[in-house]
Amino acid sequence: MGEYSVLIGGKAGEGINTAGLSIAALFSRLGYRTYMYFDYPSLIRGGHNFAIIRASERAIGAHRTPVDVLLAFDQNSIENHRQRIHDGTTVIYDSSQAVRGEGSGLHLDTILKEEKAPRIVGNSAMLGALARTAGIGRDVLEDVLRATVPAKHLEANLRVAGRGYDAVENVFTVEPLDTPALPVLTGNEITGLGLVHGGLESYVAYPMTPTSNLLHYLAERAEDLAIKVLHPENEIGVILMALGLAYAGEKAAVGTSGGGFCLMTEGLSLAGMSEIPVTIVMGQRPGPSTGLPTYTAQTDLHFVLNAGQGEFPRLVVAPGDLDEAYAWSATALMLSWKYQVPSIILTDKTLAEGAFSFDIDAVAPHPDREPLLWDGSGEYRRYALTEGGVSPLAFPGREGAVVKVNSYVHDEAGITTEAVDETKRLREKMLRKDESLSAELSTYPVVRTYGARDAGRTIVCWGSEKWACIEAAEVFGARVVQPLVLAPFPARTWKEAMIGAGKVACVENNATGQLARLLRQQGFDPGRPVLKYDGRPFAVDELEARLGEVFA
Amino acid sequence: MSPEQPARTAGDLITRAQNTWCPGCGNFSIEHMMKSAIAELSEEEGIPIENFVLLGGIGCHGKLVDYLNVNSFYGIHGRSIPAATGIRLANPDVKVICHVGDGDIYAEGLDHLIFAAKRNSDITVVVHDNRVYGLTTGQYTPTSPTGFKGRSTPGGITEHPINPLEVMLAAGATHIGRGYTKKVRHLKDLFKEAIMHRGFSFIDVLQICATYFNLTDYYNEHAYEMGEGEVETGRFESALEKIREWDYDREAPIALGTFYSVKKPIYEEHFQSLTAGKPDRRAFVQKVLQERR
Repeated sequence: MGEYSVLIGGKAGEGINTAGLSIAALFSRLGYRTYMYFDYPSLIRGGHNFAIIRASERAIGAHRTPVDVLLAFDQNSIENHRQRIHDGTTVIYDSSQAVRGEGSGLHLDTILKEEKAPRIVGNSAMLGALARTAGIGRDVLEDVLRATVPAKHLEANLRVAGRGYDAVENVFTVEPLDTPALPVLTGNEITGLGLVHGGLESYVAYPMTPTSNLLHYLAERAEDLAIKVLHPENEIGVILMALGLAYAGEKAAVGTSGGGFCLMTEGLSLAGMSEIPVTIVMGQRPGPSTGLPTYTAQTDLHFVLNAGQGEFPRLVVAPGDLDEAYAWSATALMLSWKYQVPSIILTDKTLAEGAFSFDIDAVAPHPDREPLLWDGSGEYRRYALTEGGVSPLAFPGREGAVVKVNSYVHDEAGITTEAVDETKRLREKMLRKDESLSAELSTYPVVRTYGARDAGRTIVCWGSEKWACIEAAEVFGARVVQPLVLAPFPARTWKEAMIGAGKVACVENNATGQLARLLRQQGFDPGRPVLKYDGRPFAVDELEARLGEVFA
Repeated sequence: MSPEQPARTAGDLITRAQNTWCPGCGNFSIEHMMKSAIAELSEEEGIPIENFVLLGGIGCHGKLVDYLNVNSFYGIHGRSIPAATGIRLANPDVKVICHVGDGDIYAEGLDHLIFAAKRNSDITVVVHDNRVYGLTTGQYTPTSPTGFKGRSTPGGITEHPINPLEVMLAAGATHIGRGYTKKVRHLKDLFKEAIMHRGFSFIDVLQICATYFNLTDYYNEHAYEMGEGEVETGRFESALEKIREWDYDREAPIALGTFYSVKKPIYEEHFQSLTAGKPDRRAFVQKVLQERR
């Protein structure tokens, strides 16, 4: 099976992320499925950035430690990755920067000077060198550059790429596949597009890694997608603005990470009490506090499950790849409106900023759901009691309706009350909504399984660890079970999925086993924890070694 | 409003909610003058009652939105303003009025107040400025005078109050006024003018707190309605000078009326065209994905 791994590394500001995406595009052009892990520190210039691009004949979503080609802009890009270099690794380095290289040196300073190109164009020399090394034709290389480089810089990039191409030897050949080229997108981008699929009209956010790029992407595409994109003064303003939009009838979502979500929690509780729909994209990164701002973690599961004072229903979904991010972002928004509850899309840096081949035609969309609207008869009561707990919506400006929403305990009309019976009725209305939501969710793929049921070994995981687990499971012939919905927890579906699970390993990117804790709360045995808490996702080979200890 | 339906009168705008303000509370004046302002604007300007939205923060002032039979968003402490901007963003036809308290918006939510002014968000902010926390039983607020003895500062505060009008002028508010709860007709006119202003309008209402900080005598002695030409409302420097006549601290004449009113582009209008009509956004998603192939 054809499978390739390429690492490109250099200083921040050198365009490593973009270069990585171009490498992914190179493989995509030949019909390969690609995945890119991008690793960068929290600084603007300098430091060490790198991207690992993996290409395979089949769907992938995780990286492996060894690489076939290492493209180094500086010495750090070689020294920091010694463990990835093996006998078959081709190292190509900028000999004008990295003085102690083993492999092929490209003197980028000279090439760029001769071609009168700025430093950033050096990426194209590396791309050209990679193409030649991997036996990828010059036509494919130029195609990729034409698709990714702005017209006014294209000529210089083509020239410099040609210089890189001519400067190295061919080492192996990446055979073109018979499958169509797929676009390569990030989790952030697909989450945004999924929200639009679900009916998004406004996106509101304050920048915070790892979801800033969702804000940037939607802002850039606001006109193409016919949405408003707003950036207010802070995350408190963000969620309240979203609630104002939704109260007035416009479907809104917000995006943040743990620190910003802390600020949003009072607004979240308001959404719960006032029954105003809102969808929150919560991209996790390692805390506590500022933590590791540009790295990854799955440490906020219990935070989002419990955030906000008081008790109120909420929907929490944790997609593990782009297909799930697209379908569940749309559903999170639609169900938030149908049940008038806040919904949270829990991602992390690995998924949000990772890039994956995406095939929209392979996404099985969930059913469309519409909010319950007032039919105009009788006196409008915003919190009218119904069997399922959901009250029909009307919006300000609707003739004959006085629409009163309230953060206090309120009566059906939305007027504050402290009465015993009305307090109880409101509480029970919310409980009924939770039950209605749970019942509806039982028809969705809320728990996904991969592999045979009778394997006798099961890997339990959630979110972005999905693909590392699926690949690692093959070595052990294990089954993988992944909950997509974490609140309301799909206990019955989970129980069915775990019948005959055998030996269980629970893989998580945190130090305390947060899914394991949730499973125990629900009365399930989470098995043996396999935890990683250094801010980086599991490499497949690393996970295999750790699982070997459990399944031995 | 359809022709067969008679316009609702001010009296119809009162809900069945039981009023729980203290006797003599300045909130009554604000409630009834806002009610009249809405009824009159509906009549005079043809604005349907359903196109008014009131927002309340947390504090005695917030109860107003329970008492008026108008669309309302009874939110959380200090956070009415971003919700108001959201409402106005979603619906350009609505008149959005935030009732906020001095503790509510000058302490807890000051950031939102400044940013709404800076953006020229097309909303009206009415501050029930009684210069004390009422509902939490008598602590100092950002506009309490130096030396104020509250339950959290029994020795008296050493800090000076902020002059909210000066803050608003500096932040870029396009309409700034001040009223007093004992001058009700004047107050109602200020409300109407502020609501009809296109852009961010701000009214600080000196409000009597009958229980914790009754300044009736002081205000009656010092407050005066500004006459024609006493301030050039289109000129920043003139407004600033008048606003600085009294700093909420030392003894000075207290001017009431409109200090500043200018036209600037409205924040929400930049976004209006983006979501207009009923666009098929799923087709747009497909198009965006196609371009990435």
